[in-house]
Amino acid sequence: MKAKSPLDIYKLLPQTNCGECGFDTCMSFAAHLLDRSAKPTQCKPLVEQAKKDEKAKKKLQQIEELVAPEIAEVVIGTGDYAVKIGGEDVLHRHELTFFNPTAFFYDIPDTLDDKEIDERCSKVVEYRKFYVGKFLTIEGMAVRCASGDAKRFREVVKKVAGYGRPMILVSLDPKCIRSALEVVADKRPLIYAATEDNWREFLKLALEFKVPVTLRSKDLNTLKSLAVTFRNAGVKDIVLDPITEPLGEGLRGTFERVIQLRRTAINGDKDVAYPIMVTPISAWVIEGDDVAKAYWECVIGAIFIVKYADVMIFKSLEPWTIMPLVILRQNIYTDPRVPVQVEPGLRKIGNPDENSPVMITTNFALTYYTVESDLTSAKIDCWLLVLDTGGICVEAAVAGGQFNASGVKELMKQTGIEEKVKHRYLIIPGLAARLKGAIEDETGWKVLVGPIDSGRIKGWLEQNWPPKNGD
Amino acid sequence: MKIDDLFKLLKKYNIEELEGVRIEGDIEIEIEPGTGILPIIQALAQELGMAAYHLARASKILGFPVEQLFGAELKPEMEKRLEKKEELPRELVKAEFKPYKSEFPGKINEVTLGATPKEGGTRKYTITVGGERSLPFYLFDSEQPHLPVITVDVFDKPVPFPKAVREHYEDVMDNPAEWARKVVKDFGADMVTIHLVSTDPLLDDTPIHEAVKTVEEVLQAVKCPIVVGGSGNKEKDPPLLEKVAEVAEGERVLLASATLDTDWERIANAAKKYNQVVLAWTQLDINSQKTLNRYLLKKAGLSPNSLVMDPTTAPLGYGIDYAFSNMERIRLAALKGDADLAFPISSGTTNAWGAREAWMKESPISGDTSWGPRELRGPLWEILTGLTLALAGVDIFMMLHPASVAVLKDVISMLGGKSKESIDKDWLVVA
Repeated sequence: MKAKSPLDIYKLLPQTNCGECGFDTCMSFAAHLLDRSAKPTQCKPLVEQAKKDEKAKKKLQQIEELVAPEIAEVVIGTGDYAVKIGGEDVLHRHELTFFNPTAFFYDIPDTLDDKEIDERCSKVVEYRKFYVGKFLTIEGMAVRCASGDAKRFREVVKKVAGYGRPMILVSLDPKCIRSALEVVADKRPLIYAATEDNWREFLKLALEFKVPVTLRSKDLNTLKSLAVTFRNAGVKDIVLDPITEPLGEGLRGTFERVIQLRRTAINGDKDVAYPIMVTPISAWVIEGDDVAKAYWECVIGAIFIVKYADVMIFKSLEPWTIMPLVILRQNIYTDPRVPVQVEPGLRKIGNPDENSPVMITTNFALTYYTVESDLTSAKIDCWLLVLDTGGICVEAAVAGGQFNASGVKELMKQTGIEEKVKHRYLIIPGLAARLKGAIEDETGWKVLVGPIDSGRIKGWLEQNWPPKNGD
Repeated sequence: MKIDDLFKLLKKYNIEELEGVRIEGDIEIEIEPGTGILPIIQALAQELGMAAYHLARASKILGFPVEQLFGAELKPEMEKRLEKKEELPRELVKAEFKPYKSEFPGKINEVTLGATPKEGGTRKYTITVGGERSLPFYLFDSEQPHLPVITVDVFDKPVPFPKAVREHYEDVMDNPAEWARKVVKDFGADMVTIHLVSTDPLLDDTPIHEAVKTVEEVLQAVKCPIVVGGSGNKEKDPPLLEKVAEVAEGERVLLASATLDTDWERIANAAKKYNQVVLAWTQLDINSQKTLNRYLLKKAGLSPNSLVMDPTTAPLGYGIDYAFSNMERIRLAALKGDADLAFPISSGTTNAWGAREAWMKESPISGDTSWGPRELRGPLWEILTGLTLALAGVDIFMMLHPASVAVLKDVISMLGGKSKESIDKDWLVVA
């Protein structure tokens, strides 16, 4: 962003410290704008003033420009499922954070029959992977005119649009794209792609239908020339595709082009400061069996999730290729400034009563949500104690001493678990087995050592609960 | 290896096989002692570090307010032009792309593992890692004299592996020397890691003088440089690694590992005396790594060419974001000139197998889309864990599954500019 100091922004704020934005002072608000944890429109007095007063309006505009990200933000689709790409400010996530996760689109060639199209679209819209308290999903469909037939393409695009997800329209033939845009332009699809040969027609389409457009060239001079030409003609929503080559020297060249584009943009070349597209689907041009191709597609996806791709097109809808990629994306785009903890305390899982088991885990978000969802999925009614380990997982917290007997005793006292159950059995994680004796001494409760992985808790309970006499 | 061959390494998935009777065994995971499956440690410390960083950044900037001008005049002009509906341009505006170039003052130390008879050892070849002057595979900034290498795990006793791994090693698990031969000959390992896990007092408590015999056998069996790991027992590892250093005198073995809470000095002294290399292991914290490195170099007097770092590998889905950023910060600091961090990085990529997504038969969570066959997702989990960290600067990967080894080797050679093949076919025509 252009602003380098909170002062740059502070100058333009009302400086009344009214606190309406949610921060105590205008300076604090400015600091939050600088690290992008607040938005200019949170300053209600300025927004109100801007409605009546030209000068205030200009100030608000100036602030918006000052805090605009280095890389342009482009929205694909409309409504709840619209996806925002680009908008990045740094080259390394530890410098701030990465903002808009790489959007995943899946290939739908128009040569498939209707049933196959429905199958693929359903896989996209239904995909779910539970991770740290929520379900990860994938974004949309890249409908590809493989038939060369504008009429068929339009039909398929219309059908796919019915699924309500963002779309990329893929064809180098402007006639095919036009035919599709005539029915789905209001869904704001990304069109793919303008090249050195067809750019004039694509420019016309982008302007006429007001849709984002992908520019495609392996030559970065040409790519930049295309970008400047489109921008000068009034197109703002641009995506750059430096062409993904899947193998050997080609892959190395792709790596270089992607990094050079992003690095040069972040270092000031606004002419290429747009989201980048990478197409792991390129792996499917390699000779070989489908598993090998899907593996390689996944490898290409991973390289460029880590390194700067903002939008991708995949072919494989196998869950074993999607899962590692959605998780890698989640990890790389996690904000390193946000703590990964949940509130310690006592949670009711299902409808526990005075005879239900009592278990304990840590407040590390990943551990907690995994345990909680495993228990819920297995339909277990129980009491779950969440110990404050400073957001550290069980194994490390046992080794590091944050998971200890007196902490457990304290938590049991605070939560009043003694009054909630009649029994005196505490189930501890398998990885905390070595604390069994200490916790028994400290609390006077009998400790049962549970499984190492909470995914196995159901089978474990069947064997061990209710506890047998003398246990 | 060609990508086409990959499938051969991934045994065809077979439902009946999955419904075997060894479910308990199937889902038991070996926690590699000494490296451990370590999702997040010091998450809090990391957070505090981040906060401090931002504070420093803000105050530094506050001290030197920069007046920034901005081109507000550009936008209205563009909008005006739009309104006028100018004719479409006929020609492309010619623009030249001038790539940004990074140059760093620092250079990563080169560390040579293994020694030939001429150099006082018995290895057929040596392996050198390090020497980078740029971020990994940024060949357009600077050449990378040595590409990352892969060392494959061998254990001195049978260990409970996940199914997808076990089927590749079942025949050699009782014989570490055969096992070592297999990973080099059949799976293309650059090096071999022999983990002396049986020395763990809680396992077999194998006496030190007996355990080191396995090291001698492995040295006999393979001609590549080797890594020797202890059991992770804080008391026993230093004398064990000392003895290993003695019996492998002159071989430039990588001794794994010295940590802040073991007798690092004893390990470093043994390495100096018998010409070995030390792996300095810390847990996801750049400052601890710096401290341990300084102790080893300044207090124990280890040569900078005999030190490799293991800043901890938290696997995909279980803290890889910390592992990645920690390594990336370490590497960037080194390139910017921090001599205390300018060492090759090693990764316990095998930790990927601790992720339940790698080994569990199916998701225990209702609402998840089926995870698909674990024979396929397991190796992929290890590949992506390694690949992600390769992009942060790892020089040595400690790995387990042969397919993961093969794929990662391919990627390294391609990104490292060693593969001349290329394919000139557009994905737009994919069937």
